Amino acid sequence: MSTPTWKNPIIKWIDHRLPVFTFIDHSVVTYPTPRNLNYFWNFGSLAGLVLVIMIASGVILAMNYTANTSMAFDSVERIMRDVNYGWLIRYIHMNGGSMFFIVVYIHIFRGMYYGSYKEPRELLWIIGIFIFLAMMATAFLGYVLPWGQMSFWGATVITNLFSVIPFFGETIVQWLWSGFSVDNPTLNKFFSLHYLLPFIIFGLVFLHLWALHTHKSNNPLGIDIKGDQDEIPFHPYYTAKDALGVGVFLLFFLGFVFFAPNFFGEPDNYIEANPLVTPPHIVPEWYFLPYYAILRAVPDNFVDVWGLLPVIIPAKTAGVIAMFSSILLLILLPWLDTSKVRSANFRPTYFWLFWIFVIDTVILGFVGAKPAEGTWLLVGRLATLYYFVHLVVLVPLVGRFEKTKPLPDSISAAVILSGTDIKESS
Amino acid sequence: MVTMTSKKVLLAAFLIIFSSSVNATFVEASSGAAHPEEQSWTTNGLFGFFDRKQLKRGWQVYNEVCASCHSVRLIYYRNLSEIGFSSDEIKKIIADVEVPAGPNEDGETHADGELLMRPAKPFDKIISPYPNDLAARAANAGALPPDLSLMTKARKNGANYLHALLTGFKDAPANFEVSEDMNYNPYFPGFQIAMVAPLSDEGVEYSDGTKATVEQMSKDVTAFLIWTAEPELEERKRLGLKVMLFLLVFSAMLFAVKRQVWAKLH
Repeated sequence: MSTPTWKNPIIKWIDHRLPVFTFIDHSVVTYPTPRNLNYFWNFGSLAGLVLVIMIASGVILAMNYTANTSMAFDSVERIMRDVNYGWLIRYIHMNGGSMFFIVVYIHIFRGMYYGSYKEPRELLWIIGIFIFLAMMATAFLGYVLPWGQMSFWGATVITNLFSVIPFFGETIVQWLWSGFSVDNPTLNKFFSLHYLLPFIIFGLVFLHLWALHTHKSNNPLGIDIKGDQDEIPFHPYYTAKDALGVGVFLLFFLGFVFFAPNFFGEPDNYIEANPLVTPPHIVPEWYFLPYYAILRAVPDNFVDVWGLLPVIIPAKTAGVIAMFSSILLLILLPWLDTSKVRSANFRPTYFWLFWIFVIDTVILGFVGAKPAEGTWLLVGRLATLYYFVHLVVLVPLVGRFEKTKPLPDSISAAVILSGTDIKESS
Repeated sequence: MVTMTSKKVLLAAFLIIFSSSVNATFVEASSGAAHPEEQSWTTNGLFGFFDRKQLKRGWQVYNEVCASCHSVRLIYYRNLSEIGFSSDEIKKIIADVEVPAGPNEDGETHADGELLMRPAKPFDKIISPYPNDLAARAANAGALPPDLSLMTKARKNGANYLHALLTGFKDAPANFEVSEDMNYNPYFPGFQIAMVAPLSDEGVEYSDGTKATVEQMSKDVTAFLIWTAEPELEERKRLGLKVMLFLLVFSAMLFAVKRQVWAKLH
């Protein structure tokens, strides 16, 4: 990568002292990219866009929001009614949360399908998991702020999860609450953290991109870039492709904002929080439903059935452990997956395992929205079991025994073979 | 060929994940309540709008019937201009209304234990029938008549549910025992509601000559409550159409640009 020569004297002067323009040039202009990325590679830049939209709209909302239990609900309604275009900014922020998770879930599944987490991109993947965890925390904290019924009861349920920590559980929960129940100090604390975490996400995204740009993007073939013929500069090729993605994504996003702004929401959150009235069904936002299903899947007689763990672990504790490990386990995915071949296009058995895993998480999502009883509970248990079996048993075994298809010699060879690299990537 | 198919499968599956996990959140709670019938509201659809004549009738129903128990505490009198009331009409509406005056020159808010009052102004919030929740419960055999400002957003299938509830009062089936001070309504979770059927034919007299049937009044007041819950609805949809149109053209142009740029690779 050569250093560009700048003609404009001002740019030249600045760049000589602080090479920001060279940095930009290397990052998004001449940055070499595999020539065969398909549209699933758009979702990384879309996630970045949503992060910026969320921070921008959030900053404006914070100018009009009041973090006080007696005023929070009304201050949100004031934004909706009396602040100029307040309804637009608030609906963008509210739906932006759901959009963020849609985009990131596709981004994560894309990584799983094409083996983007494999050597040498393990840290890139792990940083991504941390971004995801920070997103979940931010979304949870943000959902508490409007101080509706679901805000309050969701906060109560989730903070109570920490009570299962041995010895310090109660103390930790009271520390989270800054009191003895979810109340005004909790709301203030959550507002502060909700404003802080996006900037931590921003920092993590920077690390994510740094790691990405060190070994460059993976691609649908999952083979390394072998020379100039395999790559194209990021600009204009992927700037144009990403821009098209942005246009289509905004149609989808703003379609909800303008025409179905409460589609993803719970009606109960338009009722002001009331600690004395418990809603009939406490359900989290849709993007947490699979984890909620895992949390509730662990049976009361867990210990009796399995007999492997110390008897002191009650069902609630086991459920919380299962829920957190369902995400933390993904950190180990680069080592759990023993196959040297990255892309599922060349892994006939893993291809199906991947899709069954996707369907499994969808089933978990369904179950999470239902009361934990009867058939739904049984389905939730089986789906939870399969989730872990997939990651801990099937993925390691398949990598060892699977007969993979022959890989192409290079990206360019495969591109020339297929004859078209615009519509087809592999 | 194989990869082409797998890609389509991939795309289809992502769409399924998305739509299904979203729908999953909309699963009705198993309260057993009857499903409200779908009504056609002028606010539905891409071109949804407020029928101001209807909203004015709805205000009349709210004001003359509902307001004896229910508040719309997020709405100001000035907001009524948005549904077609002139400032003179609003002045007429608030002519007899008094609101707490706040502290006088001596810093007093009460005189002889009673709140000091002053005539309402358009910038005041629409007065609530009760000073607080306890007073409301005391006057309603322990039941709390909820605030109606956000009602159509605060219930699943809000507007249809409200209309079904308002028109759905009937005698309980023989095998169903209704508790004291409660009324049977198949649309209410648990089938028993503290509210007595609030609407009766000719319960209000519409000045625009519309016949005040229960059905008509229920629709009018529900339409009014759609407005109190989403006063931005009309502006939102109008702006939305423009934004969508722009984005469609913009995306089409970006598509052309992308094709043009990538053509160089051949």
